[in-house]
Amino acid sequence: MLEVKDLSVHYGVIEAIRNVSFEVNEGEIVSLIGANGAGKSTILKAISGLHQPSNGEIVYEGTAITKETPKKIVEKGISQVPEGRHIFSGMTVMENLEMGAFLRKDKAEVQNDLNNIFARFPILKERMKQDAATLSGGEQQMVAMGRALMSRPRLLLLDEPSMGLAPILIKEIFHIIEEINQTGTTVLLIEQNAKMALKIANRGYVLETGNVVQTGTGKELLESDVIQKAYLGG
Amino acid sequence: MDTFIQQMINGLSLGSIYALIALGYTMVYGIIKLINFAHGDIYMVGAFVGYTMINSFGMGFFPALVTAMALSALLGVLIERIAYKPLRNATRIAVLITAIGVSYLLQNGMLYFYGAGVRAFPQVLENKLYSVGGIKVSQIQLMIFGTTFILMILLQFIVQKTKMGKAMRAVSTDASAAQLMGINVDNTISFTFFLGSSLAGAAGVLVGLYYNTIDPMMGVAPGLKAFVAAVLGGIGIIPGAMIGGLTIGIIETMVSAYGNSMIRDAVVYGILILILIIRPAGILGKHVKEKV
Repeated sequence: MLEVKDLSVHYGVIEAIRNVSFEVNEGEIVSLIGANGAGKSTILKAISGLHQPSNGEIVYEGTAITKETPKKIVEKGISQVPEGRHIFSGMTVMENLEMGAFLRKDKAEVQNDLNNIFARFPILKERMKQDAATLSGGEQQMVAMGRALMSRPRLLLLDEPSMGLAPILIKEIFHIIEEINQTGTTVLLIEQNAKMALKIANRGYVLETGNVVQTGTGKELLESDVIQKAYLGG
Repeated sequence: MDTFIQQMINGLSLGSIYALIALGYTMVYGIIKLINFAHGDIYMVGAFVGYTMINSFGMGFFPALVTAMALSALLGVLIERIAYKPLRNATRIAVLITAIGVSYLLQNGMLYFYGAGVRAFPQVLENKLYSVGGIKVSQIQLMIFGTTFILMILLQFIVQKTKMGKAMRAVSTDASAAQLMGINVDNTISFTFFLGSSLAGAAGVLVGLYYNTIDPMMGVAPGLKAFVAAVLGGIGIIPGAMIGGLTIGIIETMVSAYGNSMIRDAVVYGILILILIIRPAGILGKHVKEKV
């Protein structure tokens, strides 16, 4: 479904990622794990069209989207939940969700999806008239995820969904990610929380200073020495 | 007491005009963090468009107002596309200096085409005075209140309820997240200039009617005062610009009426200094802590 080939991205003269290649198959959950500064977020930004790669190609369902605008990429069915949530403060929860459906014209279907999101995140329905900035971290994460789902993505990109959340909430969020995946949405997940990310993943890739250093199924990686030592403290 | 109410009405008329200009400052600042110093000159161009439409095309008040708003809006969008858009990733000071350059260009362009002389603005409205219990309100003042009121309601509706308005708010709080929603940031910025400049154009026509005279340098002082108004209300906050504009208009009028009209400008600029010392975020501004 998504194929990233030899992707390199520079910030000015600094190389953030070098020749990164990986793929995501339809229906999968794929986790990219790695420490801070490994270039994980840069990869997602490049996929969403926020950064122009200096080299390489991003192919989505057979067509290159490397040079497409963020708008075109959303239209094609790729949606991102950015790191740090980036909800729209000063706008209500409802308005935040509406923004997710910005490009959609099928009003009845949008309403339908909105109901589904409220069913999945009941707390958001309670708080729909509240300024999204007044919500707790976990609730904001739900807004960000709901907002991304409102574009009806076929591929959902998640950047550090567990960041800054309490362990019990992290569990809940990961459970929701699995549920979203089961309804037919392919998921590309980026995490520092390697354990959780690999547990739910079909496959994973380990990034170090801009390179893919290891790959395998989620289970394989969880049990591998490199991961045990570097990320799981064991 | 009668004088006070009378001065209040005069202050509100002037304040409405400042508020209309301040809205453009604040919206543009909200979305691209630029103090658009050419904004006062768009207001001036709006006045000249109104003048030309009435004088040369025989238009009435409303058609002239709408034409001035439309052409000012186009001018604002054009300026943004030509002068500011190429500097999107440049430092803020570079864009600010460009804005000052655009301001000079507009002033001198109009000097070239219309000359430096002060022109009498054609009085398309009969200057009737309504008197209620000793308080006088002119037809022009009523027109200023009415027009400002309608435009502000319209603006609030656009910003709060329409898709483009919501996109504007989204881009001004978080441009990169807005891009992830598929919002075209450049178009949204153009739309903001369109709205802000149209309000400035309307203010230009209203001032022409109110003070009867226009000239190519007329945008400088009201532009600065509207900027003070925007800062006073809280820059980037739309209701703040309305409150700030009305407050500055009332203060300026009261200082002239009860104090010394020679120092009214000094008082207005003094407010800018005070607000920057005491409450830099403005009346409605919240102190935003940046999360790192």
